[in-house]
Amino acid sequence: MKAWKFEDNINTDLITPGRYNMTTDETQLGKIAFIEYRPEFSKNVKKGDYIIAGKNFGCGSSREHAPVALKAAGVSAVIAKSFARIFFRNCINVGLPIFICNQTELIDDGDIIQTNINENIIVNETKKISIPILSPPEFIQKIMLSGGLIEFLRRDSYV
Amino acid sequence: MSQTITEKILAHVSNKKEVFPGDYVVSDIDWIMFHDSTGPLTIKGFEDIGKRICNKEKIVTFFDHFYPAPNIEAAKLHQISRRFIDLQGLNNHHTDGICHQILAEKYVKPGNVVVGADSHTCTLGALGSFATGLGSTDIAGVMATGKCWFKVPDNMKIHYTNKLKKGVYAKDVILKTAGLIGSEGADYFAIEFSGDYIKSSSISERLTMCNMAVELGAKNGIIEPDEKTLEFTGNQGLFFKSDYNASYEKEFSIDVSQFGPQIACPNSVDNVKPVEEVAGTPIDQAFIGTCTNGRLDDIEIVARILKSYKVKQSTRLIVIPASMNVYLRAFQKGYIQIISSAGGIISSPSCGPCIGRHNGVLADGEVCISTQNRNFNGRMGSPKSMIYLSSPASAAASAITGEITDPRDYL
Repeated sequence: MKAWKFEDNINTDLITPGRYNMTTDETQLGKIAFIEYRPEFSKNVKKGDYIIAGKNFGCGSSREHAPVALKAAGVSAVIAKSFARIFFRNCINVGLPIFICNQTELIDDGDIIQTNINENIIVNETKKISIPILSPPEFIQKIMLSGGLIEFLRRDSYV
Repeated sequence: MSQTITEKILAHVSNKKEVFPGDYVVSDIDWIMFHDSTGPLTIKGFEDIGKRICNKEKIVTFFDHFYPAPNIEAAKLHQISRRFIDLQGLNNHHTDGICHQILAEKYVKPGNVVVGADSHTCTLGALGSFATGLGSTDIAGVMATGKCWFKVPDNMKIHYTNKLKKGVYAKDVILKTAGLIGSEGADYFAIEFSGDYIKSSSISERLTMCNMAVELGAKNGIIEPDEKTLEFTGNQGLFFKSDYNASYEKEFSIDVSQFGPQIACPNSVDNVKPVEEVAGTPIDQAFIGTCTNGRLDDIEIVARILKSYKVKQSTRLIVIPASMNVYLRAFQKGYIQIISSAGGIISSPSCGPCIGRHNGVLADGEVCISTQNRNFNGRMGSPKSMIYLSSPASAAASAITGEITDPRDYL
């Protein structure tokens, strides 16, 4: 699916501006992702598309509206060089897959890509190359595999 | 093994002898916070987990981000939170100020572990606690379990030496730090603020410093508790200190006597310049308040600067005390009267226009100098507006002239 490329330090005010995230409705939030910063994203993003970014993606406010909006917009995963820590936790908790990739410069806006989690790679079909991704530590994978924190705590607990 | 204060607190609350950066720990939590903006998603997550609240007395809730409600959507969100708070019998509910300020004034003690559904929860590290921001679902999980998982962060120590020059404040120090280290310079780190300047600083100044730890990417900011902390917190809590030979992944030293007032220019907190370089930039609004700079000492400086002046006719000055306690004390001392007489607008304690929802939203092309902690594009309103971050002194002086102004000319 299509890659939407973003730069370093994308903050949660850019993803879901404070004035628009006055709702908990996921469908509604899905429509406001990047509404002012990159309006063509909110109009044209398709189910399964990827966000590719540089360093410190998701910095700023702890608002969970940001990952919920991206997930509801159809984003299948966010792949970045690094994530701000609250955003990283929020993605795990709400079930939006995220991957760390040190070579996101090998993916351009509009490239067609696929992730292969079993082999820890992204396949850039446009450029015909494979790019390694880092899988999260075991403790986090356990929560991710449960489908997020809520499912994890419904079935399981910390101890 | 020698340990830092953050490691000691995390070891203590996870029943371990010691912990190391990179370890995962499951910690007991002392204080859990959500507010009107992050509350509704927290409630939704909590109800989906389907368990009971395990620690009612540890939950502190706030209406501060858009209170009183500026529109119907906001009022509906308040209804969702209010119903839940009443139904669950949560008795620590506040509408008398900003969450981080009230937590400091009334709840948090040294050695506590504090989690809040707000990124600036790190403010409370000023009292020698481990305090960090989380998302709504994480907070829902803590409400259901009383526990939270943490990855033990790497440690950064910043030594601040010497004394501030006239017209320079804690806000200038942390902005200078942001300029040097960068907005991702402390990603995932615990920042320990230390040195002569920190030792001599007031609790209010320490809250300003720790408040902005997250703007450097840090998990938490922390200051070792001392006699001032003891006095402020009523002689309660556990006083952890870093071992003298504790190891730090990164260490910096900053001489606070070597710089004047600092301004963070649009649209990033690390785009920091000395005030002289941006002086003269026309402004439409000056805003003094927020969890960063809405305390009594901040408002005192504003009153001192405005005493013999008026706010320029074409400029709006908005001053919002961080809590009702600050408001009442500022009133008793006559600061509110001075600011009002000079043409300033005083609003009831809340986050105000910092997140662009009410009380001073910006139009296309407007410029605001603000004492808040973030100047992201569009945060205070139109994406075509611009935000400069400064100390209360710089913002007050700028309100008099209608352009960014060096406060030293007015002190």
